[in-house]
Amino acid sequence: MVQLRPRWAGQGGRSPSLLFLGLVIGAILLILCLFASIGLGAAEITPSEVGQALFAFDETSTEHLIIRTVRLPRSLIAVLVGSGMAIAGAIMQGLTGNPLASPSILGVSTGAAFAVVLATFVLGVSSLSVYAWFALAGGAITAGLVYLFAALGPGGVTPLNLTLAGTVFSTLIATLTSGILVLNQQTLEQVRFWLAGSLAGGDLALVQQVIPYLLLGFLLALGLGRQVTTLSLGESVAKGLGQNTAWIKVLGAISVVLLVGGSVSIAGPIGFVGLIVPHFVRFLVGVDYRWILPYAAILGAVMLLLADICARLVIRPQELPVGLVMPLLGAPFFIYLIRTRMR
Amino acid sequence: MPQPTPDRSHARLEAQRLTLGYDREIVVRELNLVIPTGKITVLVGPNGCGKSTLLKGLGRLLQPRSGAVYLDGRAIAQQSTKAIARQLGLLPQSPTAPEGLTVRELVAQGRYPYQTWLQQWSKADEAAVERALRMTGMKEGDAGDASLENRPLDSLSGGQRQRAWIAMTLAQETDILLLDEPTTFLDLAHQVEVLDLLIDLNQTGCTIVMVLHDLNQACRYADYLVALREGHVFAQGIPNEVMTEAMVREVFGLESRIVRDPITGTPLCLPISRWYEGHHRVAEGF
Amino acid sequence: MAPNWLVMRSNQIPVSFRLHQRVPKMLLLLGSLILVVLVLSVSYGEYPVPPLDVVWTVLGLETGNPDYAFIVNTLRLPRVLVALLVGMALAIAGTITQGILRNPLAAPDIIGINAGAALAAVTLIIALPGVSVSILPIAAFVGGFTVFTLIYLLAWNRGSSPLRLVLVGIGFSLMTGAITNILVTFGDIYDVSQALVWLAGSVYGRSWDEVGALLPWLGAGIPAAMLMARDLNALSLGDDLARGIGSPVEWRRGLLLVISVALAGAAVATAGTVGFVGFIAPHIARRLVGPTHEGLLPTAALTGGLLVVLADLVGRTLFAPIELPCGLVTSALGAPYFLYLLIQRRQ
Repeated sequence: MVQLRPRWAGQGGRSPSLLFLGLVIGAILLILCLFASIGLGAAEITPSEVGQALFAFDETSTEHLIIRTVRLPRSLIAVLVGSGMAIAGAIMQGLTGNPLASPSILGVSTGAAFAVVLATFVLGVSSLSVYAWFALAGGAITAGLVYLFAALGPGGVTPLNLTLAGTVFSTLIATLTSGILVLNQQTLEQVRFWLAGSLAGGDLALVQQVIPYLLLGFLLALGLGRQVTTLSLGESVAKGLGQNTAWIKVLGAISVVLLVGGSVSIAGPIGFVGLIVPHFVRFLVGVDYRWILPYAAILGAVMLLLADICARLVIRPQELPVGLVMPLLGAPFFIYLIRTRMR
Repeated sequence: MPQPTPDRSHARLEAQRLTLGYDREIVVRELNLVIPTGKITVLVGPNGCGKSTLLKGLGRLLQPRSGAVYLDGRAIAQQSTKAIARQLGLLPQSPTAPEGLTVRELVAQGRYPYQTWLQQWSKADEAAVERALRMTGMKEGDAGDASLENRPLDSLSGGQRQRAWIAMTLAQETDILLLDEPTTFLDLAHQVEVLDLLIDLNQTGCTIVMVLHDLNQACRYADYLVALREGHVFAQGIPNEVMTEAMVREVFGLESRIVRDPITGTPLCLPISRWYEGHHRVAEGF
Repeated sequence: MAPNWLVMRSNQIPVSFRLHQRVPKMLLLLGSLILVVLVLSVSYGEYPVPPLDVVWTVLGLETGNPDYAFIVNTLRLPRVLVALLVGMALAIAGTITQGILRNPLAAPDIIGINAGAALAAVTLIIALPGVSVSILPIAAFVGGFTVFTLIYLLAWNRGSSPLRLVLVGIGFSLMTGAITNILVTFGDIYDVSQALVWLAGSVYGRSWDEVGALLPWLGAGIPAAMLMARDLNALSLGDDLARGIGSPVEWRRGLLLVISVALAGAAVATAGTVGFVGFIAPHIARRLVGPTHEGLLPTAALTGGLLVVLADLVGRTLFAPIELPCGLVTSALGAPYFLYLLIQRRQ
């Protein structure tokens, strides 16, 4: 089998001070995008009003209400989901040693989608906050099954086994999902917008509901940075350096489930951030996951914010699901990277 | 099989002002080299000196940036790859075969350059495969399904597998053979086994060019030694002339002592470690 | 003379072939299985026709029931034959792709056929509902071929590399998939339902017209693939070795890809994106007859045909009278088989 491990030209050691500077620049960029995301939308609101709404809230102003109840939660969701998916993707790629591994390998997104479709079909559920619980549960159960089956393969939880079991499970579950959608038009009507992945309609209550899981996932993932760097050198090297690789893999998988499950439950299956941001980050900072993870968090958030702004502006006052805008913007860039930077 | 140039004194394979590289980096620059016909030529040099790249260039796996490789006086880039495959066989470093492929099936692939869409398994093909299997000892073992030739490649030991690959290039019935580190990942006994097999081949008139890592093996098995440094030929000739302490210092950046191999009489390079300068282990600091 | 090779050679003219002894036996076995399943599949339905009568009717003999001829020859037989042909085409396309990319996880979808065909078909169904469905297969075929061409060209950098093809293919699938999904998300719900059935892969209501449209592609594609079996063997050893034994790697790979795209494109155009067949049929076939393509290609073709015919039968019986698209069944059957493979490799 061809080893699917592209090497990017131009990566390599950069000094910590330079990397830190990059992180600061990234953070500034993130804040700018956040303001842009709050300021731009169907209703035209001036930057000064945005500031007032945030720091001197006036209940009687429609603009202020829009910002507080619609745009701010939405932008926060974009930040959470973007960074969560990007970190989960980086962890997955580090754990499996496979650059094509995205969070979807563990089947979390497809499992979440199936649970939501099933809940809609059988129970007639239709509220976003109930979707969130089903998505979280569906994602976690699927990931557990994928992990279990990977462990049953030869050699235990190897990258290949994880990829195989994940691909197969994802296909199977996606098949069941489309089976339901083909047979039942009403379910299709109800969930198709959610299935495309969108940040619309989220409110702060929804964020509060899942934020504990996301935070736990973030902390776990960032804490694993050094370990994942070691593990990405290969299982036997990591073992030789005294690492308990089985534990690291389980912890990594748990953080992925928390991050992806939490993200999917508020925004639907948005997969692309997790695939592409880690590639881009590795190209920027090299192979050390202690740097890759924070960079991925910031760039993932920036990317999702920008994509969401595009999604709101292209067919204003209507909007596109951001989960579909993302690949349209990102895939050409991905192909460009492959063409110019892959040896 | 017709042989276009039976004249052994004529150099059949040579590189002229050959420049090779990948993407933006140039690895081999303006290199001239004549491969002595009927001899074993060994390319040596440090990691990254371009010896594998040069071998790929000689075997038309890499398009030259400039210059050319000539086979019987004609640039190989201008000949059909099939025609070249009937004269020049090559074996890359650590090749891989699909899972479950048997030795015999693998060796049969070597007949590709002789086959056409309708003539896929002629008597000549069968004879060549038999000869290659016999010569590499692949007919060993019990008769029938248990013999080496009918076993899947992935069930063989490293040495047997390398013999199987060599058998495949033998089935090509070429009289030039290029090999890139044919002994990597083999234990000493299997290394000797494979190199001896190459001498057997050379005895039948086959010109052999190979990359070897082990300088002492290179000296033992080479009729002609080529030392490369940074994409240039640093020294070439018979091992006795090329293998000097100065050459090892210049090419590998290593102090050494060259003595006579007690078995073959060829040069034997003994590296001097930092710890053993002046024959005595440096004792200071203990 | 090897004990397990079957050699056919003429002394007069320069024609000779060889095959592993297992191959003809396997082909015979698979062929008979297909015949049995075909007869069962035609016999089953709302209006059952006894299997023996199916055989008589197809052979044009008298059965004593005047309705049988219409049910068997007009309604059911073409549908089942389309399933068979689609399965064969996808299996050969999959075998070629796996051989070229030297990756047993590869399937024709990876080089963009499905993505392109799906985009074209879904656009036609949802965005242009007024256009006649008769041009659907053509649109799907053109869509698949266009996306493949773009992927191949963009992956070209002083030669094509399997890894670059795979990665660029993934990039393109994501992009076209997003556009397809936008249509699915915003389209009229009735059209979207239609599109989903097409995307799931179905042979519902296919007639002799579709059989006629598919046959030429298979008639040209299968022999072409068989003639290039040796090149596939060479390519599966890696680019360097393939060149070493004299295969003009680039244009043989290009030609094989075109054959694969043509076959997969014709299949997808006829039945939609039937999943997993191009991926799993070569796997099963490899376990039956080993990895050399002279035997692998025909074995995979029959395996694929059998799979889709079987999937169609299961799809019709499982929730009768509701019909599941056969593509959903192939995926649902394929996935567990793959898990079995995974666990079984442990030994």
